[in-house]
Amino acid sequence: MNTLAGGQQTGQVFDSSHSPVALEVIGLSKRFGALPALEGVSFRLWQGSFHALLGGNGAGKSTLVKCVMGYQPADHGTVLIGNRECVIESARDAHRHGLGMVYQHFTLVPDMTVLENLVLSRLPIPKMIAWKKERQRLETLIAETPFRIPLHKKAGELAAGEKQKVELLKQLFLQPKILILDEPTSVLTPQEADGILGMLKERTRSHGLTVLIITHKFREVMNYADAVSVLRRGKLIYSGPLAGNTPAMLAELMIGNETIARIGERTRAEKGPVKLAINHLSADSDTGALAVDRLSLNLHGGEIVGIAGVSGNGQRELVQALSGQRKPDQGGICIDDLPYAATRREMARFRCNCLPEEPLRNACVPRMSLAGNLALRTFDRPGFTRWRWFIDAKAQKEHALELIERYRIHPSEPGRRIETLSGGNVQRLVLARELSGQADLLVVANPCFGLDFAAASEVRKQLMQARNNGAAVLLVSEDLDELLELSDRIAVMFEGRLIYEAPIAAVDLDEIGLKMAGH
Amino acid sequence: MNDSALGWWGVPLAILGGAIRASTPYLFVSLGECLTEKSGRINLGLEGNLVLGAMSAYAVSYLSGSPWLGVLAAGAAGMLLGMLHAWLCSYPKVNDIAVGIALMMFGAGIAFFFGKPYIQPAAPHLPAISFGAWSGSAQVRSALEINVLFVIGLGIAPLLSWFLSNTRWGLMVRTVGDSRDAAGALGFPVNSVRAVATMTGGFLAGVGGAFLSLYYPGSWNEGLSSGQGLIAVALVVFAHWQPMRCLYAALLFGGAGALGPALQSVGVTGGYYLFNAAPYVLTLLLMMATCSPERTLSGIPGELSITK
Repeated sequence: MNTLAGGQQTGQVFDSSHSPVALEVIGLSKRFGALPALEGVSFRLWQGSFHALLGGNGAGKSTLVKCVMGYQPADHGTVLIGNRECVIESARDAHRHGLGMVYQHFTLVPDMTVLENLVLSRLPIPKMIAWKKERQRLETLIAETPFRIPLHKKAGELAAGEKQKVELLKQLFLQPKILILDEPTSVLTPQEADGILGMLKERTRSHGLTVLIITHKFREVMNYADAVSVLRRGKLIYSGPLAGNTPAMLAELMIGNETIARIGERTRAEKGPVKLAINHLSADSDTGALAVDRLSLNLHGGEIVGIAGVSGNGQRELVQALSGQRKPDQGGICIDDLPYAATRREMARFRCNCLPEEPLRNACVPRMSLAGNLALRTFDRPGFTRWRWFIDAKAQKEHALELIERYRIHPSEPGRRIETLSGGNVQRLVLARELSGQADLLVVANPCFGLDFAAASEVRKQLMQARNNGAAVLLVSEDLDELLELSDRIAVMFEGRLIYEAPIAAVDLDEIGLKMAGH
Repeated sequence: MNDSALGWWGVPLAILGGAIRASTPYLFVSLGECLTEKSGRINLGLEGNLVLGAMSAYAVSYLSGSPWLGVLAAGAAGMLLGMLHAWLCSYPKVNDIAVGIALMMFGAGIAFFFGKPYIQPAAPHLPAISFGAWSGSAQVRSALEINVLFVIGLGIAPLLSWFLSNTRWGLMVRTVGDSRDAAGALGFPVNSVRAVATMTGGFLAGVGGAFLSLYYPGSWNEGLSSGQGLIAVALVVFAHWQPMRCLYAALLFGGAGALGPALQSVGVTGGYYLFNAAPYVLTLLLMMATCSPERTLSGIPGELSITK
């Protein structure tokens, strides 16, 4: 997990003993129904420090900062800013107290231009907007930052990295004293992340800005943070200076004594024959723009090919074309040298299965039961029907129970609606369905997005197992660490094409980062 | 110059005049719907606003003797229906489309109920401006006899367009309509903004109804609107949620509606009913031409329930 963890510390060492407390949280608690999300969390942010907040999925990091920002009301607890108790109930209150936040999900208005989005975040927004003046004002402000953003472009058309920069600019122009960032680098290339974090770090030194950043990338924590707090299941486990901590120690603080599935060894050195051949495939996006641009790729049995890339470079459309959700405009897909149009019949024949991103939306019927969802591939196959035309509910249920047990899906009630399950369990369920029929070809997109450590390693183990059993796996992911861990070969997708391809042994991380940014 | 001298040239002229005349209700309803949809809600009930507006305008104009009071009454009635829609939709899990259909029935229903006594009497009409006084031809004069409401609508379209892109409130409406997340992060009151947009939209649609009963056809009866409110909603989709394009689309549809009478005026009587169906056929054709299952429409507000 720390393949990217570098060593160098930027800037001078931060000394908390001389600085005042910028923000203090005392005894913050929050419950969602019966579920405690935060239990008596107390910690301090020193002014001018770069503070990292770590924790597994569902540890309560986002809840904590949302309570501080007044986005959600806390059940108990106080927030002190500059040693004075504050009641923060809205974004405006937070702004008045000098707090700013960059949310995990983009809060840009997609149908508006960057210029309009930036003006919107100005407080107060002028009653009537003099666009010429605003444009000049913003252009001078942006010139002081290292970012270059096209102001006339619509926010919806920006790449994820550019969106993140706009989000950050929005907050910087408000000149907050304390800036909170919720996983700001999850969709950026390593270079882009360094650009943004480096600038923030510099501001902590030059402007006395205090930064609280939620991240799960140890590389960033080790390189930029002065102090670190670790949450586990709603409780604060550690809060103090970073100095003296190693990534391994932090990881242990985050996961406690939970057992983590080991990825499993790579067996079978020799490649199988070509399983999937993509020839000059082109496909349009929802807006009609060319998303996949004459892309070609061969995938062999017994190998995992990882596709890296910043989201929005055609990965989604590529996966949709392979899974039958999008009609290609041009070019063809062949499996075992036979043309493949992703019909249900062909999927069954070639044993081609798919785990798309956001599986609850893209691979499940949310209001159907677990058993029903598990049977989506098999309900009309021999063994699951009665008199050929009727569904055999009993066989479905037995099959479901078996898979639920084998893949440890929780809660283990086959009759439950799938939409009530947590993200990790939905992911496991779809994986169970797609892998149980012995897949020969597996197309997987961001399989661990939003999963915690334990669930993520479980999923990765399954993928490695499928590969070891001879399946060809196409892994499209935005998580470079995951790609480096699993892939036999890595390709980089940029603007609909593969612009880099290398076996894992010859991969150069810096080069991948540059290629992802289109250099 | 006598009337017959125009001959077949009378057809485009009559279509132009008819387009301006028949497009007015389309224009008002579609501008109202455009504003409502920009805020992230669909109000399918504007047909009800149109009918109720027509009835209220006629009744108030008849009782007070002032057609302009009638127009205000129509707007107020439309605004009330809009308020009802906004209030119902402010509850979680309420579907705006279903509420809209219910309100369409409701609006028409109460208009018929209260409108019974006003079917017979004659109310004072809205005035028109004669732009054709220079011409000796009666046809030219009648084609350029332009009603005041159309002129007002002509002003509202660019005003709405300017409002949406140049004012704080306009940006608020668009933010709320395009991304609830963004609106939340900026601290905009989503439900209130939508309520105001829906009420203003309802007001405009009501005024469109006043045109029907107080100018053209110029009387109140139950078959007055014949689905123009619904066509206007479809027209917003065709106009890609841009007020100025709503104006052009309304003129196009008005022109299609004027095709039948225009042809009849030069003696083409065959297929009269077929030509009268032109707006409906046009709606279908345009929808087929502009919509595709493969791609999303440009300009569509992201929060609309049909987008999600």
